[in-house]
Amino acid sequence: MRSFLINRLFQSIVLLVMVSIIGFVILNLIPGGPLAQYGLDPGMTQDDMARITEQLGLNRPLWVQYFDWAWRLLQGDWGTSFRDGAPVLSVIGRHVFATLLLMGTSTAIAMTVGIWIGIRGATRRYSVFDYAATVGAMVALSIPTFWFGLVGIYVFSLQLGWLPAGNMYKIGDGSFLNYLHHLILPSAVLALVHIAIWSRYMRSATLDAISQDYVKTARAKGLSERRVILKHVVGNALLPMITLAGIQLPSILTGALVTETVFTWPGMGRLFLDSLGYSDYPVVMGLLIFSAIIVILGNLIADIVVAIVDPRIRLA
Amino acid sequence: MTKNSTTSSFTRRDALRLMGLGGVASLVAPNLLLAPAFGQTPPATPTGRVVVGLSQEPTVFNPLMPHIEVDDGVNFSVFDALFRIDPQGVIVPNLAVEVPSQDNGGISADGLQWSVKLRDGVAWHDGTPFTAEDVKFTLELIVNPNFRAWRTTGHSLVRDITVVSPTEITWRMEEAFAPYLTFLTETFIVPKHILEAATDLNENPFNQAPIGTGAFKWGQRVAGDRLELVANPNYFGDGPHIEQLIFKYIPDYTVLYTQFRSGDIDLVGIISPDNYAEASALPDRVVALVPRSSMESFYLNVERPQFKEVAVREALYAAIDRQSIIEKLYYGVPVPTETFMPQQSFFYNPGLPPQEFNYDRAKQLLDEAGWVTGGDGIRAKDGVRLSFANSTTSGNHLREQVQQFLQQTFAEIGVEMTISNLPAAVMWGEFWQQSQFDSVIVGSAYLIGADPDVTNRLHSGSIVAKGGRGSNNAQYSNPEVDALLEEGARTFDSEARRRIYFKVQELVRADLPFLPLYADTSVLGHKEGLEGFVANANTRTESWNAAAWYWQA
Repeated sequence: MRSFLINRLFQSIVLLVMVSIIGFVILNLIPGGPLAQYGLDPGMTQDDMARITEQLGLNRPLWVQYFDWAWRLLQGDWGTSFRDGAPVLSVIGRHVFATLLLMGTSTAIAMTVGIWIGIRGATRRYSVFDYAATVGAMVALSIPTFWFGLVGIYVFSLQLGWLPAGNMYKIGDGSFLNYLHHLILPSAVLALVHIAIWSRYMRSATLDAISQDYVKTARAKGLSERRVILKHVVGNALLPMITLAGIQLPSILTGALVTETVFTWPGMGRLFLDSLGYSDYPVVMGLLIFSAIIVILGNLIADIVVAIVDPRIRLA
Repeated sequence: MTKNSTTSSFTRRDALRLMGLGGVASLVAPNLLLAPAFGQTPPATPTGRVVVGLSQEPTVFNPLMPHIEVDDGVNFSVFDALFRIDPQGVIVPNLAVEVPSQDNGGISADGLQWSVKLRDGVAWHDGTPFTAEDVKFTLELIVNPNFRAWRTTGHSLVRDITVVSPTEITWRMEEAFAPYLTFLTETFIVPKHILEAATDLNENPFNQAPIGTGAFKWGQRVAGDRLELVANPNYFGDGPHIEQLIFKYIPDYTVLYTQFRSGDIDLVGIISPDNYAEASALPDRVVALVPRSSMESFYLNVERPQFKEVAVREALYAAIDRQSIIEKLYYGVPVPTETFMPQQSFFYNPGLPPQEFNYDRAKQLLDEAGWVTGGDGIRAKDGVRLSFANSTTSGNHLREQVQQFLQQTFAEIGVEMTISNLPAAVMWGEFWQQSQFDSVIVGSAYLIGADPDVTNRLHSGSIVAKGGRGSNNAQYSNPEVDALLEEGARTFDSEARRRIYFKVQELVRADLPFLPLYADTSVLGHKEGLEGFVANANTRTESWNAAAWYWQA
């Protein structure tokens, strides 16, 4: 276990360095840059542009900029946003809660419903339910989320008037119920896609488990079908789901680009899009490193949990 | 009419006479949006809340640092400048008690000595009195090399700033520069007592929670979502009449409109022309067309061999069916124009020859200039094919339709146009600034504030690709225009300036470095019952006079 962790730590550092270099280079290769937003300002002269470029340190060679950034990061300084002048970590911190709320809710819905559909579909393979779930999953996976989002807003907000057309809460009303009311539509839209993913994985994992010898043995012992499924099949089928959860975990913190835009949700996904749009390099790099760390942690946790739950797996 | 500026004891009539612009006010419809509110009065104490929907997020709250339009919306409410510019383009006092001019002696005859008298009894939001020291500090901060300032044009000419008394300040200009008066309407004064102690001017707590003299005080910011301002009960001017002013960030135009429709936001400055008809029919909403200062044009890089000849540019212009573009693609929202000068401006030249859509004339112009159709159906001359790329910001679906329409149009006269669009963050970087394009479709303002000086955009010394310092990205060069622009910047007399800029517009219309498509017009909407709102194309924001807004009781 110990050597496993050391090994992983080493791998992670190499990975982070590579991610940061590639990210930094690609970001700087994109033409335009942070001053493009002033390109149409009639009063901005080239002298002003050159001065601001220098003041931001953007006229230095790329490798100097990279090492400057990396050195500061090692000292815990994530840099300062070009766009709003606030420290990058505080910029990220201001957007994490919104994403956590939205993604946490939708992931919880997706896991519960998806796993249930997967089990039911597998135990009643080729039933009407199974076919419906399969087709439903295909549809949910093929149609873009923003379309579901806009249709949802059209039907439930504009036509029926039941749900708000976006935002995290009504300005001036910070009550729990108000949050909940605003959460329904975006989390349902997001969950739709994730239900599809979870149900497909769970279905195939369950089918896998059903055909195992120990399930035959359990049935032969005379256990009730319900007990067989719940204890022997589902227990084992859930193992691969832990890995899936490890892969999905990062999105709980890094957000949903499109859904957050459609529902004016002030989360991480929109922060990323906006920062990219303004070439706010420090924030984009910060988000990149932040996401990379979460991805690494998510996988690490999944591996450890699988090893704890499944005695056949040893970490080395 | 309700009040539409935060002026002093000076009346509008005084200001008009002062500026010698007496005739202007009547040229412009007093305002296009104001529902007649006779018998309506604002509440005695600030009441209610107004939510303004924005498609971009305000993030820069130090008004002297580089910022974009939406940040201005906040600046106008939190801060004051020495002067403001009203919807008619008249400069009116704000923190100053009068607008200096050569007539009243505030500006010397040679234009070099400036003297400004300031209001007494103005206080910062923290209670500290505002004085001439703050103005001096502000003007010096802008040119401080350690400070990441926004535009420095004009400010870099200021020398010998002297505080004569707490209510009077003088300075000398290195050279006469008439546009500076207008620039000062966009130069918000910041508090010396807070910023002088700062160790780092660029990363300062003030930038995240500013203190101004304006009608609204800083409330709180929910990053990525909204900004809340609250009424400043001690404001020296009229208003504020609302308790809370909220800027709500909604990044997508469709969603922005949807939330206007659903009532989540009270006022929106930009509704897509596709939604104009539907929006106009909404109950309890006031929707109107508001002229803006920018012009949409088919903008050419005249240094490209295809575009060097005026005949080619004239032919392309003649081939554009502008009426169809405006009526069919833009639902009749914008208006045709022949110049960069906004039509509401005192300097707008209405006598320019109107464009006429005529394929035959376009073909004839090209034939006469020796552009002969080749085997591939595209004209060529001296080995140069009349073929070029056109670019604009990707994702702007109405503009993309215009491009496709023009592509077909130009094919009719043997001209090939390819479309190559770029994301905004790429488009307006060096591709635009260094003139790396063939042609673009762009909506942009030429004036800074409302001053007619367009040196930055049209003087040959402003061509960045040739080592210049401005934003003459078309690489337009005409010595006569250069001379006129230089004269105009030195001239303070409005009538004399008017003649100069009339001539500039005439010359530019004849040279056609860009083909005007239309004068920008916004579809603006607000809830019924919101009074005191006035559109002002001389500012970059719809919330320039939020101090005057109030809800009908």
